[in-house]
Amino acid sequence: MSDRSPTTENPWQQLRRLTPARIALGRAGASLPTAAHLAFQFAHAQARDAVHLPFEPAALQDGLHRRGLDSLLLHSAARDRDTYLQRPDLGRRLQADSANRLREQRAAHGGGRDLAVVVADGLSALAVQRHALPLLDCLLERLPAEGWSLAPVSLVEQGRVAVADEIGELLGARMTVILIGERPGLSSPDSLGLYFTFAPRIGLTDAARNCISNVRPEGLNYAMAAHKLLYLMGEASRRRLSGVALKDEAEVPRLDGAASGPGNFLLGEG
Amino acid sequence: MSGFAHAVGGQTWRFGSLRELLAKASPARSGDYLAGVAAESDAERVAAQMALAEVPLGHFLNEAVIPYEADEVTRLILDGHDAAAFAPVAHLTVGGLRDWLLGPEADEAGLRALAPGLTPEMAAAVSKLMRVQDLVLVAQKIRVETRFRNSLGQRGRLSTRLQPNHPTDDPAGIAASVLDGLLYGNGDAVIGVNPASDSLEAIGELLKMLDAVIQRYQIPTQACVLTHVTSSIAAIERGLPVDLVFQSIAGTQAANASFGIDLAVLREGYEAGLSLKRGSLGDNLMYFETGQGSALSANAHHGVDQQTCEARAYGVARRFRPLLVNTVVGFIGPEYLYNGKQIIRAGLEDHFCGKLLGLPMGCDICYTNHAEADQDDMDMLLTLLGVAGVNFIMGVPGSDDVMLNYQSTSFHDALYARQSLGLRAAPEFEAWLARMGILRQDGGRLILGDELPAAFRPALARLS
Repeated sequence: MSDRSPTTENPWQQLRRLTPARIALGRAGASLPTAAHLAFQFAHAQARDAVHLPFEPAALQDGLHRRGLDSLLLHSAARDRDTYLQRPDLGRRLQADSANRLREQRAAHGGGRDLAVVVADGLSALAVQRHALPLLDCLLERLPAEGWSLAPVSLVEQGRVAVADEIGELLGARMTVILIGERPGLSSPDSLGLYFTFAPRIGLTDAARNCISNVRPEGLNYAMAAHKLLYLMGEASRRRLSGVALKDEAEVPRLDGAASGPGNFLLGEG
Repeated sequence: MSGFAHAVGGQTWRFGSLRELLAKASPARSGDYLAGVAAESDAERVAAQMALAEVPLGHFLNEAVIPYEADEVTRLILDGHDAAAFAPVAHLTVGGLRDWLLGPEADEAGLRALAPGLTPEMAAAVSKLMRVQDLVLVAQKIRVETRFRNSLGQRGRLSTRLQPNHPTDDPAGIAASVLDGLLYGNGDAVIGVNPASDSLEAIGELLKMLDAVIQRYQIPTQACVLTHVTSSIAAIERGLPVDLVFQSIAGTQAANASFGIDLAVLREGYEAGLSLKRGSLGDNLMYFETGQGSALSANAHHGVDQQTCEARAYGVARRFRPLLVNTVVGFIGPEYLYNGKQIIRAGLEDHFCGKLLGLPMGCDICYTNHAEADQDDMDMLLTLLGVAGVNFIMGVPGSDDVMLNYQSTSFHDALYARQSLGLRAAPEFEAWLARMGILRQDGGRLILGDELPAAFRPALARLS
């Protein structure tokens, strides 16, 4: 009987600090050792759970209320998650009842606000739950000072990016920004995306939008994301457009320090 | 335009065109429902398959699914059809072709000779009548061998693309994944990086880096930076070391336009690559990627089902004698291929159709986190494709691509397939692995070194 470990570690462990990739995992025979296998399964399970986690707008609505913001609960034309995943066209449009609510809202309170904020679950309700309010806090700090007016915040279940076009059009807002859960990665189940549109209306394509992605503390932080969005709003209002013609040239200092690594260590002397 | 009809189960089913018939005969998948072209019931689908089985193959030369005048891919397919190669099956129907392919006349030499005589639509049509075992069995008879710095696609071989992506293209991070992959015996199809940046300067740095690594360690393989064909052309003009010219392609002119390409620019890229004469064993140098659903996602499908569009992309690929064609089957998401079952079938269809049309098919056996799929589904597709004789698969560290955010096959997965099916790396690369003390293979038995191979010790010493 041998008491040797049934797995073989790789003698190149020091490479792991050079990349987030799953390298030097070792082997059992030539296969993945149990620990590495289960670590992967857990990361995938987290990402899957993020995709299927139900959107709970009540907590969000409560938080908005405490900040003095009105909100509207809306639903896309995709009735459930399975439909949502297979029919992107339905996720881009509102259910008839929801569209009517927006028409009533506009009839009662008028349109013409500068910005309609939309929050939608997208592919990760977890991202919205974690990051929507902190991001809005950063934004609210600066919006009034810069003279922008806000329409009520729309909270959309089973929403895709383009649903903001219909909402903006129905509310008669000059611009929209949608905060939406991005497709979860194995190491990032809670990444929030922001999509900004000037003169929103039904039928716009992605070419009319500007995207700020990977908003989360480990990615682009809230303050930086709000800074980029305000820059886009200013430029879009001045030039009366958004999308590919409007480049994101906001001055953003690099936070990671862009540490220069050891470079390609496979070459060099020796 | 004639229609098609089939009576079965006390009902006569009618189909207005070959395009509609192909779409309704296609096994169920979410993308065809999204496009509104799928059969409306299971019975209609099988009735369409029965009607399709009776269509003479010659009919495909007279009815284009996208008009000849409107689409250069259709023109390429019809103008390039080889009537002499078609002759052995010219008298058959689609159903007859399935039977012929399963029979003894369709051997390796016969299938190689037939390839230029089949159109992509014929290949797609017959695949729609086939079960998984048919797709495996017929593909297994076919071998498509290509060469650049090694010999890929021989019987009994399974190669891998080493995919060392990094979120910011950091050279040390990429080098770390390259070394990990090589030490797991991966990288004989290509060492291929998806760059995070599309700046020509960054791409040039990656090209120089991969070339230097291949030269320093005398690795019998080729490098590729998977960037737009026009960027590769620009890199070649600047004198940068480009082994393989990459491009994503699709099966309609309009979908290719959405990628910013047409046949003329592909030709230009191919000729630019040839001009460098960098291949030591051969001059297959194009690397194409495809995937069902790309035409629909560009709203450029013309009412054609996604699997037929995909086969038409192979009609484009085969004009450029590629080294590698990779169907990135599960990357596009669940609105096109919903779950493991749909991804597995699509991967086998793509591999079969590509091989039947004479292409060196590989498969990125993969899925995203919003698809109803997991590692078990990928293991099934990997095993099936290994039996079917796939030329190459991806090798991604731990299956987790940290730049593209999806899951593919890992270095370990490739070793699983080599062990369980007795498959080996490309011969020149296999010899290099043995020489370096990385890996020896005795049938299904893999002998991996426990020590760091001597040639790489100085590199690791530089890090400490």
